Amino acid sequence: MNIKDLDREEYILSGNSSCPGCPASIGFRLIGKAVGKNAIIVIPASCMTIIHGVYPHTAITLPTLNIAFATSAAAASGVSAALEIKGKNYPVIVYAGDGGTADIGLQALSGSAERNENIIYICYDNEAYQNTGIQRSSTTPYGAWTTTTLKGKQEKKKDVPKIMASHNIPYVATASIAYPIDFIEKVKKALKIKGFKYIHLHAPCPTGWRFPSEKTIEVGRLAVGTGAWILYEIENGVLKLTGPSKNLIEEGARKPVQEYLKVQGRFQHITDEMVKVISCEIEERWNGIKMVINLQKVNGT
Amino acid sequence: MIQVLTGNHSAAYAALLSNVEVVSAYPITPQTQIVEKIAEFVETGKLKARYVRVESEHSAMAVCIGASSAGARTFTATSSQGLLYMSEMVYWASAARLPIVMPVVCRTLAPPWNIWNEHTDMLLVRDYGWIQFFAESNQEVLDTIVQAYKIAEDERILLPVMVGLDAFTLSHTSEPVDVPEMDLVKKFLPPRANVPYVLDPSNPFTLGNLAYPSHHMKLKFMQHTAMENARKVVLEVDDEWYKIFGRCYSLLDNFMCDDAKVIILTIGSSAGDAKEAAKYLRKRGIAAGVLRVRLINPFPAKEVSDILSKVEAVAVVDRNLSPGNGGIILEKVKSSLYSLKNRPFIKGYLAGLGGKDITVEDYIKIFEKTLESYRKGDSDMEWFSINLEATSL
Repeated sequence: MNIKDLDREEYILSGNSSCPGCPASIGFRLIGKAVGKNAIIVIPASCMTIIHGVYPHTAITLPTLNIAFATSAAAASGVSAALEIKGKNYPVIVYAGDGGTADIGLQALSGSAERNENIIYICYDNEAYQNTGIQRSSTTPYGAWTTTTLKGKQEKKKDVPKIMASHNIPYVATASIAYPIDFIEKVKKALKIKGFKYIHLHAPCPTGWRFPSEKTIEVGRLAVGTGAWILYEIENGVLKLTGPSKNLIEEGARKPVQEYLKVQGRFQHITDEMVKVISCEIEERWNGIKMVINLQKVNGT
Repeated sequence: MIQVLTGNHSAAYAALLSNVEVVSAYPITPQTQIVEKIAEFVETGKLKARYVRVESEHSAMAVCIGASSAGARTFTATSSQGLLYMSEMVYWASAARLPIVMPVVCRTLAPPWNIWNEHTDMLLVRDYGWIQFFAESNQEVLDTIVQAYKIAEDERILLPVMVGLDAFTLSHTSEPVDVPEMDLVKKFLPPRANVPYVLDPSNPFTLGNLAYPSHHMKLKFMQHTAMENARKVVLEVDDEWYKIFGRCYSLLDNFMCDDAKVIILTIGSSAGDAKEAAKYLRKRGIAAGVLRVRLINPFPAKEVSDILSKVEAVAVVDRNLSPGNGGIILEKVKSSLYSLKNRPFIKGYLAGLGGKDITVEDYIKIFEKTLESYRKGDSDMEWFSINLEATSL
């Protein structure tokens, strides 16, 4: 797929209420390019609530259901059930933040995934409660400053795609707003699969991560290039690295993590020891991936 | 066809007769038989519905909201803790103007754990914008749930409806119930129309996005007006039901109130025992009556005050508690009578909390106490049959 071949139509309009350089609106724009006009969107309380505008206006041209913070996976299950019983066949897509996914919405998400509801759930992970003003979430990485972790978060980032893979759903993927083709291909693949599809979209947030708003894509690329964010997909239980992550399996191929950390104000305070902890965490995650890939090789999958 | 049904199975049959399209529920004692019976209906192909077996009540109502927003006729059922756990979405359903119908098997709230009947659960969500009924019999449970869809889906209403049935005294007690013919119900209740709009890519719009205060206030006014319309629409629908099925319930159940000097006002299945007490007293020359309020929200204030304005003494029996304030129905009745020139004497009784039995003899005592208190002018609310020394059963 080539970027020039994408749908010219825009499904999130300019003049919306997002911050400059907002990754959530970039992510939604790419979803529109992948899906087209025949889809129903479900949005819980999140940055997207603000971004898509104030009644009687909306910046989103797809039919959208706004719903309470904890419930997007359940509400989308309801929309999907209604469409099924009415014999309509539109994709139902949740677009939720990390708070609505990894924290308050995790129970409904797990329930919906276990029931293998026919929906696509996309979490745009900006690694904190950015909409309420940068408070830590369970996907905030270790060491990051937020307004509720002034000395840097002491705990590790929750690995939500791994949790979702444990539900044995047909499709789990990670993606980054910095790699649009990789993301769009994953959404397009998800559209063809019946059942629960989960995509975890890394979304560097200039407002919350404290970097200049023109650097969103650059920071996203650094996250992938340093191996801090890994692009992969798990289709019917088989894991494959995708995009640039395919070539980063060996530590030596990756950029030093400092390059990713130093461009973000939220990591300005961190010590060399903390950098070591972060490097170890990244290495552990890669080791996990390597183990799965090697096991798959042995098993011939 | 007459069948012997529990209140729970009456509710499940009502869902079947209403041809609900999406059901989503989470089991809780004493509501479980509703969700089990519906599972049986769906799995045997009797009911062509998607049954979403969720992991919580909060999600059950969220599924109903999603499905109803996409145009499906939806059903759920809960009780007590379940109702409070889903309460965020209960409010959402009404503000989103979705015609969802939900029986609530009224059960005591913990702690301490208690599964018996009390009305506090449903009355706590009285101000959440749902039309609320309390049933006295299993027949009324079935009839009211089918009627509820007709009311909820009326363009003048577009609000969700809750139907309260008492834990165990109705939910688990079998009674003969006339189950209407499906063809007749289909005539009474056609498939849900897509009004005013449903989620559909061919006509995209956003539901529930941000609104400024001026729009918000307008939407609240519209919701309030729809709720006010309910008093009229409930009667219209009840009338239509009567013409087809020969049964009607109105807003209030007026049992020998017209010439009564003393009235017990209450809600739910226990009214049956109050009626027996009234009959007993009538035989002894006391003009007793029972006023059972069927429609709790919107409260039929005018209709209640019209009846109570003609009596000397009123006992309001509340099987619920607002701690520090007393009975919730008592407050509502008192405020309904405020504009009367000659208000009757009113005494409130807190009775039957946590499922404590209120027997016919208890209701006789309440009638007698009320008349005695009326003579003495003692209108203090009373904790009926409370034993503060209770240490064992």
